[in-house]
Amino acid sequence: MLVTLKIFRFNPEIDKKWHYETYDLEAAETDRVLDLLEKVKGYQDGTLSFRRSCAHGVCGSDALRINGRNQLACKALVRDVGIKITVEPLLGLKVIKDLIVDMEPFFDNYKAVLPYFINNSPLPANGKERLQSPEQRERFDETTKCILCAACTTSCPSYWGSETYLGPAALVTAHRFIFDSRDEAASERLHILSETSGVARCHTVFNCTMACPREIQITRAIGELKMAMVTGKLD
Amino acid sequence: MNNHEFEVVVVGAGGAGLMAGLYASRSAKTAVISKLYPTRSHTGAAQGGISAALGNLEEDRIEWHTYDSVKGSDYLGDQDAIEFMCQEAPEAILELEHMGLPFDRTAEGKISQRPFGGHTNNETGKPVRRACHAADRTGHMILQTLYQQCLKNKVNFYDEFQVLDLLMVDGKAVGVVGVELSTGELHTFHAKSVILATGGHGRIFEVTSNAYAYTGDGAAMVLRRGLPLEDMEFFQFHPTGIYKLGILITEGVRGEGGILINGKGERFMPKYAPTVKDLASRDVISRAIYTEIREGRGVNGQNYVYLDVRPESVIRYAALDGRTNSDGSPFIVTADELLKKLPDIVDFNRVYLGIDPMTQMMPIQPTAHYTMGGIPTNKFGEVVIDDKNTVVPGLYAAGECACVSVHGGNRLGTNSLLDLVVFGKYAGLRAAAYAGQTEFEKLPVDPELDARSQMEMLRRGSGTENVLDISQEMKKVMFDLVGIYRNEKDMQTAIEKVRALKARYKQVKIRDAGKIFNTELINAWELGNMLDLAEIIAVSALNRKESRGGHSREDFPKRDDKEWLKHTLVSKSADEIKMSYKPVTITKYQPKERVY
Repeated sequence: MLVTLKIFRFNPEIDKKWHYETYDLEAAETDRVLDLLEKVKGYQDGTLSFRRSCAHGVCGSDALRINGRNQLACKALVRDVGIKITVEPLLGLKVIKDLIVDMEPFFDNYKAVLPYFINNSPLPANGKERLQSPEQRERFDETTKCILCAACTTSCPSYWGSETYLGPAALVTAHRFIFDSRDEAASERLHILSETSGVARCHTVFNCTMACPREIQITRAIGELKMAMVTGKLD
Repeated sequence: MNNHEFEVVVVGAGGAGLMAGLYASRSAKTAVISKLYPTRSHTGAAQGGISAALGNLEEDRIEWHTYDSVKGSDYLGDQDAIEFMCQEAPEAILELEHMGLPFDRTAEGKISQRPFGGHTNNETGKPVRRACHAADRTGHMILQTLYQQCLKNKVNFYDEFQVLDLLMVDGKAVGVVGVELSTGELHTFHAKSVILATGGHGRIFEVTSNAYAYTGDGAAMVLRRGLPLEDMEFFQFHPTGIYKLGILITEGVRGEGGILINGKGERFMPKYAPTVKDLASRDVISRAIYTEIREGRGVNGQNYVYLDVRPESVIRYAALDGRTNSDGSPFIVTADELLKKLPDIVDFNRVYLGIDPMTQMMPIQPTAHYTMGGIPTNKFGEVVIDDKNTVVPGLYAAGECACVSVHGGNRLGTNSLLDLVVFGKYAGLRAAAYAGQTEFEKLPVDPELDARSQMEMLRRGSGTENVLDISQEMKKVMFDLVGIYRNEKDMQTAIEKVRALKARYKQVKIRDAGKIFNTELINAWELGNMLDLAEIIAVSALNRKESRGGHSREDFPKRDDKEWLKHTLVSKSADEIKMSYKPVTITKYQPKERVY
């Protein structure tokens, strides 16, 4: 079938302003949008630039706005998005070139929530693992799935409208550690999240949950963080 | 501004690179350079598990893990290195847990373990629960955890820098040259120790589970510097990739009780591996699938078979196989339990095939998966160049780009993650120790010369050839002619074709004249690496006149220990490919027939 791709283009070395270009190409309904981008780059315009790596939804490189919705180009199939496809860079991060945005502010926010395991107590005397029941492990299972693709954060109106909001992805990471029974820095992280850049900026719009390619219930996770902050409890 | 000085420079930020960076940075000024953001690395795609004889659910022994790995390697693995890896395994897993890695848990709260192909109780010959797992995203958890620990320990990262060249002076590694993707500027990293952790090169093949980034950059750089590569003919085809797409369906599916079914609805693995059946080694199962297809028992006459993990099938075959829980009770499983253990597998099937593995069978075919060969190292990650294991001062390699060799002719599932954690750590420690007792060597007069000329070549081509055309032809040639089954005629054809593609490659022209994120230029450069390695693989495979592990010759169907119990070392000077050999280290396991 013939597919029409309308792609956001901006080359900072040439263009004063961004524009769209349209490309027609043959595609199968099981083709990924990423496959189509590769074909356009290979045969129609080699200058088209985008990030990609694993091509099956686990590395998080190719989150894009496809027909207005944030998704991974490697998990969006023609049969799901139709034959007229608009591809744009993520919103809320500066466009560097074409579909490539500046990810640094996103990773800076990630780094702000102490995104690493903290436990300063002595290790078990036998040198073995710290014990954790299947139930305790289940408590934070969902937020361990995050691949840092930024689809959630860049779908969030609060993030678009705020210079400082940490955004859903950073909160998901905080959740992963705060609800891990082995971690000891929950209160430090909750303190960080209680600043004006933290959970207070979440207005439960649910865009993040809709955008997550890993199907993490992000809004619920943020709700649990808010609850923990109010009650001081982590159950 | 564009000149940097670090005692240790690590190239690549997957599991091996991060582990090396973490350990090196404890005592040396260290930088980790990666063409991707570290969390994008392909370690994150590893699914099923990482093995160690913890014995959390049943009796297990380090010696069993060692023997299974030796046998899995078809006796080409170096037994001292395998012993070392398996010995280090329990501590490595526990260290990951102490770093916060969220392993799944047993009822007692210990790290949970599942069966995996080729891992057995050596007394009964039955599969043993040895693979420590975090759902079906174990690699993702390892990658995240190691990156997080690197952030905690303030490791210096250069993200989205493509390293183009390894700098060597008087036979010593002195640094690397890379391009910053966001500016197109070249950067020189002067170093006392260089650790290559650049991953494999599965993108050479048409159907592959590997990421676009898996283009063999490190191995190709080493080859261009005249150093040898080891056992490049050994490449693993994983039995269960999604039909046509090649996306990996973890062996963990079979670990949880899944079975393979041919087009006639028969379970066929008992014919090929009577004891462990669907949990035989990957090379054995890939050949079995291929044989079923070739003999007309593919599904609907097509090139695929089914993987069945529907709960009722799992329960039925578990009962037939006499599989029980650790307390001896019958092995029962529900769709909910399987969903929890294999969420990503269910998701891949739904997204890419529109099917539900809890009620439907998955169409699968073997997929190019893992590079067993690579940059020769000893068990401390030091790069070695000959049959005497002479070390290259200042140069280290770890993870999939390296060949220790712990995988020999065929890697056991879960041993790749173990490899990168163990040898990444030792490469980091050794590199830092070396840096601590040596001074910076002088850089070459114009360190960026070779990197610049490689880029210039691509910018100056006649433009009569297209990068994507050449790339697709290479992948097809390699998958069809140097794939699961090989023969002299096919491989000779493959070598001619790859050489013709290499000639055409000189006529490509990059249309993007810019500097900022010139991904067209970088992709073309990566293709050059793959073409170099494709030639080396085909030539090495043609040269090895026996069948061993993942290298199956139709014209030499038997393993030949008399002639070929040795590693291949292959190097290139000017356009001449040179072969030499290195003995396999045997400690206590004498080669014998390999039956599963």
